[in-house]
Amino acid sequence: MTIDALLFQALNGLAAASGLFFVAAGLSLIFGVTRIINIAHGSLYMLGIYLAYTFATRVGGVLGFWGGIVAAALIVAAIGALIEILLLRRIYRAPELFQLLATFALLLVINDAALWIWGPEDLLGPRAPGLRGAVEILGRRFPSYDLFLIAMGPIVLIALQLVLTRTRFGRLVRAATQDREMVGALGVNQAVLFTSVFAVGAFLAGLGGAMQVAREPANLLMDLTVISDAFVVVVVGGMGSIPGAYLAAIIIAEIKALCIGIGVVEFGGFRVNFSKLTLVAEFIVMAVVLIVRPHGLLGRAQGAIRSVAEPEEPIRPATAALKFLGLVVLGLLICLPLFAKTSPYTLVLGTDILIAIIFATSLHFIMGPGGMHSFGHAAYFGLGAYGAALIVKFLAAPMLGAIAFAPLLALAGALLFGWFAVRLSGVYLAMLTLAFAQIVWSIVYQWEDVTGGSNGVVGIWPAAPFNTATNYYLLALAFAVLSVLLLRRMLFSPFGYAMRAGRDSPLRAEAIGIDVKRVHWVGFAVAGCICGLAGGLFAFAKGSISPETIAVGRSIDGLVMVLLGGIQTLTGPIVGAATFVMLQDTIMRQVEYWRALLGATILLLVLVFPAGIVGGIMARYAAWKSR
Amino acid sequence: MSVLSIRNLRKSFGGVHAVDGVSFDVDKGEFLALIGPNGAGKSTCFNMINGQIMPDSGDILLGERRINGLPPRKVWRQGVGRTFQIAATFASMTVAENVQMALISHADELFSMFSVAARRHRERAIALLEQVGMAAAADRACRELAYGDVKRVELAVALANEPRLLLMDEPTAGMAPKERNELIALVKSLVVERGISVLFTEHSMDVVFAFADRIIVLARGRLIADGDARAIRENPKVQEVYFGTGKTFERAKEGA
Repeated sequence: MTIDALLFQALNGLAAASGLFFVAAGLSLIFGVTRIINIAHGSLYMLGIYLAYTFATRVGGVLGFWGGIVAAALIVAAIGALIEILLLRRIYRAPELFQLLATFALLLVINDAALWIWGPEDLLGPRAPGLRGAVEILGRRFPSYDLFLIAMGPIVLIALQLVLTRTRFGRLVRAATQDREMVGALGVNQAVLFTSVFAVGAFLAGLGGAMQVAREPANLLMDLTVISDAFVVVVVGGMGSIPGAYLAAIIIAEIKALCIGIGVVEFGGFRVNFSKLTLVAEFIVMAVVLIVRPHGLLGRAQGAIRSVAEPEEPIRPATAALKFLGLVVLGLLICLPLFAKTSPYTLVLGTDILIAIIFATSLHFIMGPGGMHSFGHAAYFGLGAYGAALIVKFLAAPMLGAIAFAPLLALAGALLFGWFAVRLSGVYLAMLTLAFAQIVWSIVYQWEDVTGGSNGVVGIWPAAPFNTATNYYLLALAFAVLSVLLLRRMLFSPFGYAMRAGRDSPLRAEAIGIDVKRVHWVGFAVAGCICGLAGGLFAFAKGSISPETIAVGRSIDGLVMVLLGGIQTLTGPIVGAATFVMLQDTIMRQVEYWRALLGATILLLVLVFPAGIVGGIMARYAAWKSR
Repeated sequence: MSVLSIRNLRKSFGGVHAVDGVSFDVDKGEFLALIGPNGAGKSTCFNMINGQIMPDSGDILLGERRINGLPPRKVWRQGVGRTFQIAATFASMTVAENVQMALISHADELFSMFSVAARRHRERAIALLEQVGMAAAADRACRELAYGDVKRVELAVALANEPRLLLMDEPTAGMAPKERNELIALVKSLVVERGISVLFTEHSMDVVFAFADRIIVLARGRLIADGDARAIRENPKVQEVYFGTGKTFERAKEGA
């Protein structure tokens, strides 16, 4: 392709960068001040574009379009403020990351609300009054509206910088980003500050969405795609750095645009299709940036976060009562096939729950005791599932051999990715794990010759005697019990203690000879390995495996399971996984708007049990006992 | 014979010479106080010995071995215990488990995955806790303790690897006067019993003058005095850095 075409494509990239920058800047501000990872931020963007569409088509004309963009952004800002006041304010003191669960529930609710209001079709707004035409650039016609978008990026950047550096509000935001306890101690009304920051962040997201109304159609998938792009931008630019977010938005948007522009290129016999790389390019950029500059391009080390939540209780061996309860539950689970004679679906659901339990407990192993919040646990699930499926497909391996191979492949992946991930902490670690998961996903998605691409691998059925629902259920039960007991044993071992030591106080741990990174690396590998087993079991349970079952949604499901049950106890992820899968299954089968109902249920649980279900029950039990 | 020898140690941050050519020795069984006004370079000095900061130049010799640039965990394996200005313990573990963690690390059992940690080295941990007077609280969660008690637990943790040298950064910071004396008296008795050398920084002059065998004084990154309590009290340079010359305003008057 010619240089002109490449430059033209670069201009397209710049236009896309503006919208991306607005969302990312809002996300970064909100995280900096409130430490909330707002998964629903992409939903606010989506609301912005839908609202702008409604104004532009219903009111119409110049006022409907341009006024509609402003009105949409303002409405989204009001929604953001409401979310903060009604929901998030109640759970600031919950354990770290718990707010993430609440915002995930919001994402589900907003998605279904948008479906209900605007319907499932893609909606493309009218062209902008006054900027309908195109300008001739490099011999091609470039839409004037895109030029307007390109200009808006720096304008908003400068405006934001002025607000942050010149106003009292900006000073408070910057101060709170560095040390919010100190700001509180100085007598600043935190409630007002948090609400207003949330409103400003939501305004930027709404504006970013609304301005795209003439450029791309509004659709219901935007919330997730936008939030993952925004995370990448924020992390690449450096958390809390607005200029960093702009720089990163440009880099990411340009790389995407250029990948599309370059298309298929031959490298001495190798054909590389760059347009397919768009799905993964940004994550590769993020992984490289995080490895080279752990705090992003323009970011600085995060200020100290004094945990607001109560520290954990010491772990104690199971009491006789708990052991008895465990045995009773196990007995019931073994007998489940007898009760389920009339409804075979129970066993299918039971198998799903058992697999989810292995998945969630392995994630909890690194999240809870290790303090490493992995946002990409789906990677090891996927490696396990595809490992098992491919070894059956290409080597005709026996089923048990394939299930044994699954954790090994996942272990190899976790050793590789974990080596980089444990060098980071907090949200950067979370994002790097997410990047690795996306890389695994896109390899699976695009390596069609081996993995079957989007169709996946089919025909992976269990061999006799496990080819009946009952026997496969029992097999899954055996593996689940083994995995849970193994992980539990490890938590009580010197290794498990060393992991917690590294989490509780890295300073002290290093001062008594513990190589914290190495311990956490091994922990990461163990968790990945066990998670691979869940993947292998899943492939045989479903008879097939496809890229969508290992996408980012599964990683988030895992987080939700762990947080829902309670991160501070070992039974938390088990209860959380069982609750989540049952909720999802029953709600999905019976209600049209299942996402909203699932979201609402999670919100309710979040408000009633702000330490997870098991944590909540334990706190109530302790309060009752001390009465 | 000296346990620790510091030779011409230097570290600057930007243009600030935090530690500027400091040399001293810690002898076996010696209880050595490192004092100086705020910003004198005490903590920087400490963090270099401990391995948290890499010195720009100079030598840190532990016995015969040069330990410059070794990370903290390796310095610890050479037999150096450490307590922090703000006590650092593992909040989610019991008091005994905190000490057991250090014993497990000392026995190189960190990667043992199937034994039960709470049962390992339990007697030894209780014995250490007895020495610091915390055995009765062995099974309480460390986060429930009063700060003075946390400091005692930290001391037991620091003693777990039978160190040759104990580094204590402001061991009595944040404690009540009575607790202070008790803690330092305890450290002193342990030093005498076990022949450990201790290097500590301290702001409480009562503690320093009552217990230290020898005192070295840092000011603006340089070592300005070295001697016993009386020599330090009477040293004019030390008096100057602590009390000033009293002439700041006189000069201003002359200038005016």
